Amino acid sequence: MRSKVLGALVAAALAAVSTLSAEAADRIKIGFISTLSGPSAALGVDIRDGFQLAVKMAGGKVGGLPAEVLVGDDQFKPEVGRQLAEKNVRLDKVNFLTGMVFSNIMLASVPVAFESKVIYVSPNAAPSPFAGKQCNPYLFVASWPNDAYHEAAGQHATNRGYKNAYLIAPNYQAGKDSLTGFKRFYKGNVAAEVYTQLGQLDYSAELAQVRAAKPDALYIFLPGGMGINFIKQFVAAGLSKDVPLIVPGFGSDQDIIRPVGDAMLGLFDTAHWAPDFDNAANRKFVAAFEKEYKRIPSVFAAQGYDAALLIDAAVRDVKGKVEDVEAVRKAMKAARFESVRGAFKFNRNQMPIQNYYLRVVARDNQGRLVNKTIGTIFKDHGDAYVQECEMK
Amino acid sequence: MRKALFTTLLLIAFPLAMQWLGYLFYVSFASRVMIYAIAATSLNLVLGYGGMLSFGHAAFVGAGAYVASILVAEGVASAWIGWPAAVAASAALAWIIGAISLRTRGVYFIMITLAFAQMMFYLVNSMKAYGGDEGLTLPRRAELGLGLDLGNEVVFYYVVLLVLLAALYALHRVVHSRFGRVLIAIRENEARVEALGVPVYRYQLLCFVIAGAAGGLAGALLASHGKYVNPNVLHWLQSGTLMIMVILGGVGHLWGGVIGAAVLLGLEHVIADYPLPWLAQVAPNYQQHASLGVGIVLLVIVLFAPQGIAGLISRKRHA
Amino acid sequence: MSWILILEQSLNGLQFGLMLFLLAAGLTLVFGIMDMINLAHGSLYMLGAFLASTFVQLTGSFLAGVLLAIPATAVLGMLLEVSILRTLYTRDHLSQVLATFALILIINELVRLVWGSDAALPMPAALSGPVELLPGLRYPAYRLVIIGVGLAVALVLYLLVAKTRVGMLVRAGASNREMALAMGVDIKLLFTLVFGAGAALCAVAGSMLAPLLAVQVGMGENILILAFVVIVIGGIGSIRGALVGAVLVGVVDTIGRAFLPILLGAFFQPRVASAAGPALASVMIYLIMAVVLYFRPQGLFPARG
Repeated sequence: MRSKVLGALVAAALAAVSTLSAEAADRIKIGFISTLSGPSAALGVDIRDGFQLAVKMAGGKVGGLPAEVLVGDDQFKPEVGRQLAEKNVRLDKVNFLTGMVFSNIMLASVPVAFESKVIYVSPNAAPSPFAGKQCNPYLFVASWPNDAYHEAAGQHATNRGYKNAYLIAPNYQAGKDSLTGFKRFYKGNVAAEVYTQLGQLDYSAELAQVRAAKPDALYIFLPGGMGINFIKQFVAAGLSKDVPLIVPGFGSDQDIIRPVGDAMLGLFDTAHWAPDFDNAANRKFVAAFEKEYKRIPSVFAAQGYDAALLIDAAVRDVKGKVEDVEAVRKAMKAARFESVRGAFKFNRNQMPIQNYYLRVVARDNQGRLVNKTIGTIFKDHGDAYVQECEMK
Repeated sequence: MRKALFTTLLLIAFPLAMQWLGYLFYVSFASRVMIYAIAATSLNLVLGYGGMLSFGHAAFVGAGAYVASILVAEGVASAWIGWPAAVAASAALAWIIGAISLRTRGVYFIMITLAFAQMMFYLVNSMKAYGGDEGLTLPRRAELGLGLDLGNEVVFYYVVLLVLLAALYALHRVVHSRFGRVLIAIRENEARVEALGVPVYRYQLLCFVIAGAAGGLAGALLASHGKYVNPNVLHWLQSGTLMIMVILGGVGHLWGGVIGAAVLLGLEHVIADYPLPWLAQVAPNYQQHASLGVGIVLLVIVLFAPQGIAGLISRKRHA
Repeated sequence: MSWILILEQSLNGLQFGLMLFLLAAGLTLVFGIMDMINLAHGSLYMLGAFLASTFVQLTGSFLAGVLLAIPATAVLGMLLEVSILRTLYTRDHLSQVLATFALILIINELVRLVWGSDAALPMPAALSGPVELLPGLRYPAYRLVIIGVGLAVALVLYLLVAKTRVGMLVRAGASNREMALAMGVDIKLLFTLVFGAGAALCAVAGSMLAPLLAVQVGMGENILILAFVVIVIGGIGSIRGALVGAVLVGVVDTIGRAFLPILLGAFFQPRVASAAGPALASVMIYLIMAVVLYFRPQGLFPARG
């Protein structure tokens, strides 16, 4: 009883004190929630590093105003992500929310932002419901619609003439989107469609099934720690010699290359960006990232960087008046910034329309393993759900 | 009595003060603390007064949360249907689990309640139709009608406060009734009570069901409060957290659940969200290690002050 | 459904079960002899993995790293026993549950402070390829090593417990503690050694599984519940029971993950079938435990006479 009284008094006093500082609206506050621990931490860390690099290169400013980026770790748990979002939106009163890696965390957390008319800029996940029926004016996607890489991979599989593909993805919204996207453009037969548990680390049972099915291609969507373990176990089971593996870009980027190593050589994947893109913005980004962090950037880092640039452009175009959320939205939709991927434009549902490329894991001129661009699969590709979106 | 009245008045004044200061976040936080207080109080009934070491209490809170959420998701927004349904579902679940578990004793009872709770967790996790691992986000809170908008933080706070006070009053009455006295006697010396011809099993089962039902009500309120439910609310680590609250506050004391919930959640919030610069100098990143403090405090309490905070308070009074 | 598939899945189930056995063996001894519920047993498993990762980095050799981690974890376990856990033997079960739950929180955070929330323990290069067991079945060499180590440890434990004097004391303590005390056994020392042995077994499991799975804070909690289920099914205090229970759980789990989704796929959508398979397997495991508890609470191979 006594402690409840005490707690209430303390809270009241602290609240009174905090109100004094909340009125300084000449700063941009950005809530950054991401997966910074656990087997898939490398993804969140890359997005954060890319994002913070952009802010640093602008002198710690976003859109000309000093920026405060509040970083939180969702620990790969949707309810933790949601609590962080509630704190950022309702207590810290951020102007923008961003950072999440995984669709399940995003689906649990972003409604909190939307309710309070806070814009969420996605540097990664963009689940299909948000592309279609549940498209939301406060959601801007700086990466790609969830299905995109998988659609490109399906097209690649068709181009290569594969007839009997085995598909594996984790059992959550993004996993569902991935195989749906793959099948949309893959014209061969599907040997099996298997959904594993999100966060699963041991794939012995699934690999035995693959061996028994003898497919002519294996397509897996297993980001982060899941992919690292799967590929290692795939090689250990001797299957890498029998079954060609295709992955989307996030199944074969730096976070997986580093722990798996040379076994990744020759792996084909699809993505919207590669470190070897030859435009001014990208050359600047890659050089700065390698200098600052002593490692090659992944797609995740590139996406984080672009997300920061997108927010920066919007704030700059409204001349810092971020209280007018509608004006910010309009400015953001125009997307007047130099993206590392080249041209950038939004679809009606505020997800990008862009090109997708075929990449392969190879050695660069310093002998390091990196993704190289070898061809274009789709040009100006949107998504299949925009018809269901009612936004203009 | 006077202390209770004073506290109640303060609890009533709190949200109005917060609203005036412009910090509705704290009203929402206080509602959450009170909901956990209800859940912890329900566990206190079965653990503190009934002496039954149920390690699966989160299953009942979770069952209530999910039933209430599924109804709202399917379009049945009325709380008059949703919340009683949640209570009924948890009571039924408690009846089934209790009927089987109470046939065992000691550590086997602990294990079997844990097993049942985990079973529920895995079942709920596999329900992809209701979100599975991603959880279920609700479009709105349940509706009470009567001109009350539960979407308003202050209104919701008062509703939760009412339920909490009712739960505490009910616990008070149960404990001081014949039923309650028999329960406490069973907790102290089961063999003797059995020898007196009292149907021990029936008393324990009824206690278990009442606690489960109250837990379910807390679950329904929790789902409405956050407009979100997720299988982790059924996980055994959640049962552990509820137990921590009860032990911290004072197992077997009327206000034990309330004190425990307030102190645990309050401390977590203060540590995580209000950085103390001098402490950060000494121990950088201390905010991410709040669980260390919780663990140490819990260990100390178990080893040296098993009656929790409420026990310490009443010991001081009687010293 | 080829023979190769069945053989491969059986090996997978056996491998999982044997590692679970290592955890369950220590747990069942502690529970059986000291009558203590130790929720922090999973934390010892986690410590074993983290220590192995450090030692492997320091020595550059996987074998050396694992061999160093085992006594290191045993020592830490014994320190824990002597300092804190000893006071819990005479307390009631609720206090034991809460105190060891508190220990889980404390040890998790201490590990986070020292190592961070993850560590790396790569598979030894020599074992990262397959071994051709049969034409058409190339099974990962490392998993075969795990099975080998698990069986070897089981054999050693059996010999220790059944054929040595120390083992006899352990069995006496498990089946009738008061009698063992009355016979003049130095119970304090015995308890500490048993606890240390349990910790050592956890370290073996933790360091061997780490290259396959991941070394992360919280890895103990996931496997702890399964270990408890195993010892309840097998019989508290019985190592033989732990072995049978562990292999049973391992096989059921693998069947659930491997074959149930195929069976259910005939009736349901792929996502539903894939989710229902593992869920049903888990439910089945808990159901087996509940049934055993109800009809034969002392377990399949009771240690107590």
